[in-house]
Amino acid sequence: MQNWPNATLHVVTGKGGTGKTTIAAALAIALAKNGHRTILMEVEGRQGIAQLFDTPPLPYEERKIAVAPGGGEVWALAVDTEDALLDYLEMFYKLRRAGSALRKMGAVDFATTIAPGLRDVLLTGKACEVVKRKEKKQDNAYDYVILDAPPTGRITRFLNVNGEVSGLAKVGPIKSHADSVMSVIASEQSAIHLVTLLEEMPVQETLDGVSELEAAALPVGAIFVNMTRPPQLDAQQRVMAIAGQLPRSEIESEISQSGLTATNQLIDALLNEASDHSERVDLEITELERLTERGLPIFTLPLLPSGIDLGGLYELSAIMSASGIGGE
Amino acid sequence: MTLDIDAILTNPEKHIIVCTGSGGVGKTTTAAALGLRAAELGRNVCVLTIDPARRLAQAMGLTELDNTPRAVAGIANGSLSAMMLDMKRTFDEVVESHSDPERAEQILSNPFYQALSSSFAGTQEYMAMEKLGQLRAQSQWDLIIVDTPPSRNALDFLDAPARLGSFLDGRLIRIITAPARGAGRGIGRIAAMGFGIFTNVLSKLLGAQVLADVGNFVADIDTTFGGFRERADATYALLKDSGTEFIVVAAPERDALREAAYFVERLNQDSMPLGGLILNRVQEVPETGLTQDQVLAAAQKLTAEGRGPLTAALLELHAQRMEIKERQKHLAMRFTAAHPDVAVQPIPAMAQDVHDLAGLREIGAALANQGITW
Repeated sequence: MQNWPNATLHVVTGKGGTGKTTIAAALAIALAKNGHRTILMEVEGRQGIAQLFDTPPLPYEERKIAVAPGGGEVWALAVDTEDALLDYLEMFYKLRRAGSALRKMGAVDFATTIAPGLRDVLLTGKACEVVKRKEKKQDNAYDYVILDAPPTGRITRFLNVNGEVSGLAKVGPIKSHADSVMSVIASEQSAIHLVTLLEEMPVQETLDGVSELEAAALPVGAIFVNMTRPPQLDAQQRVMAIAGQLPRSEIESEISQSGLTATNQLIDALLNEASDHSERVDLEITELERLTERGLPIFTLPLLPSGIDLGGLYELSAIMSASGIGGE
Repeated sequence: MTLDIDAILTNPEKHIIVCTGSGGVGKTTTAAALGLRAAELGRNVCVLTIDPARRLAQAMGLTELDNTPRAVAGIANGSLSAMMLDMKRTFDEVVESHSDPERAEQILSNPFYQALSSSFAGTQEYMAMEKLGQLRAQSQWDLIIVDTPPSRNALDFLDAPARLGSFLDGRLIRIITAPARGAGRGIGRIAAMGFGIFTNVLSKLLGAQVLADVGNFVADIDTTFGGFRERADATYALLKDSGTEFIVVAAPERDALREAAYFVERLNQDSMPLGGLILNRVQEVPETGLTQDQVLAAAQKLTAEGRGPLTAALLELHAQRMEIKERQKHLAMRFTAAHPDVAVQPIPAMAQDVHDLAGLREIGAALANQGITW
């Protein structure tokens, strides 16, 4: 991706309701374009990917879920904390059998409850393991790893695993595991993207999130502005629409020319909607300016009136491609 | 079915309203608007918010994060207080009020307690319930409106306190905290072996110090107050009481409505009182008697003939809104088909965010407007 030439790991976060899973999925498709192999990972146990791609719930297993234009594959993985912990125990202690016993006792849940940081290290650790396959030129490697991460309010804590485990073992495998995770996440191998709507609250949360990430020296990528309404009216028309000064009689006669009957009901409806739309657009422009001031790359995606289904995902990914994301 | 929110707000038997739903659907704003409306209908209301946006907090005059209800000025009738939950402060107060100063100090300085009270998954929900119980016991307010924490899913609000309670009271924690008693005595040799592995693996993963901190914490709280599980159970019982009403908040989007459906099913299953569903930010479209296709065709005709670009744009805008509304209505109808008994109140999308009491009042009026046709 041209903005982050060395980024393999693309972390996508956003406030609830902004469509972060949608953006992560569209990004996975856009980056897979022209023969690339990407993997979309989720870590919150919500099965959001399966719902979006309309497939049965994903197991803890990498599965191909879509193809991209120009030959390209999108894979998916729902990371489960328990399985990630068992993987970890196997990798460092050869303890898989004991691990299964622990699972039966509910001990995995217990351990991650005592130390929530442990859960995050395991989840980010899994993502980093997948990222590192590329460097090692393994057969099961991916060109890009897209992580549908926890929401903006929790993202810095989630990614900053070193801080998280500092209260845990000071030395030993967990600490070195966290260090190895940080060597990927806090490097140019990663880019953290934030999804927002052009509304006051999500924009504020996004700006706060950017500051927090930067303070933790984590690499902020781009801001994805989702569900925008392309302005139907220019600036001058919007001022007139809000002031109720659009030329009513002119509109009336043009309606008649369009083949419709120019009832007062219809004209009133159009003028009211124009005013409402203009207020909304003006607000969006103000919020976009606040985001622009941060100097980060901004990608804008429209609200799809028909909603988000598989077709909608491809539509969004095509818009991303047209804005220069992936496809090289 | 329409929702008669004023009937709920003015019902003297109702003392608690819980607003729940997935993140980003306007729960906090809805809770605040309900609180203001209830107050102006004559009740003494306290709104317990979890994480209000700055502007909303300002709208209610909340400038301090001091974990205490503050009176909101400018209320026309009744009274309104509002507070923001400080989960750590609330937890500290629980500890302080149940133990002597020395032991309280010991607990508060325990590293495990500090992690538990500030970053533990479920603590926020647990403390929201704890605070709710406290406010209810103070009997200064006759209606408390609670906004629920932004969780991974709405059910967390119901489940997290019990989960935290049973974790703190549970068997596993007893085992790691009582090595001196001989782990697993009396639970059979095979299980004892399992627990041996268990403590072994845990100390490898977490370090011995963490386990020691957990052990000290449990020993300290054990002697000071009854089980966490009992406290959680007591608040849960309060929520099942007929004096409580749940209001589920959603937006007309697939994910938000799916969450709302889960929650409604869960409330039914646990026989908890459900007031209805508030569907925020619905797209309103004035009725013109035209179909979307007719409007689009007219716009295209103008564009093709190179006439009236402004009118063509207005027609396109109208058609787009009709399409959005159709999709939203379709989603809402699917919800209603599955849950025909749930009253639904649509709230039109507003062009601007809420900045003051007037804005909240406007939303309150929309919440109570049974004439909204959508």
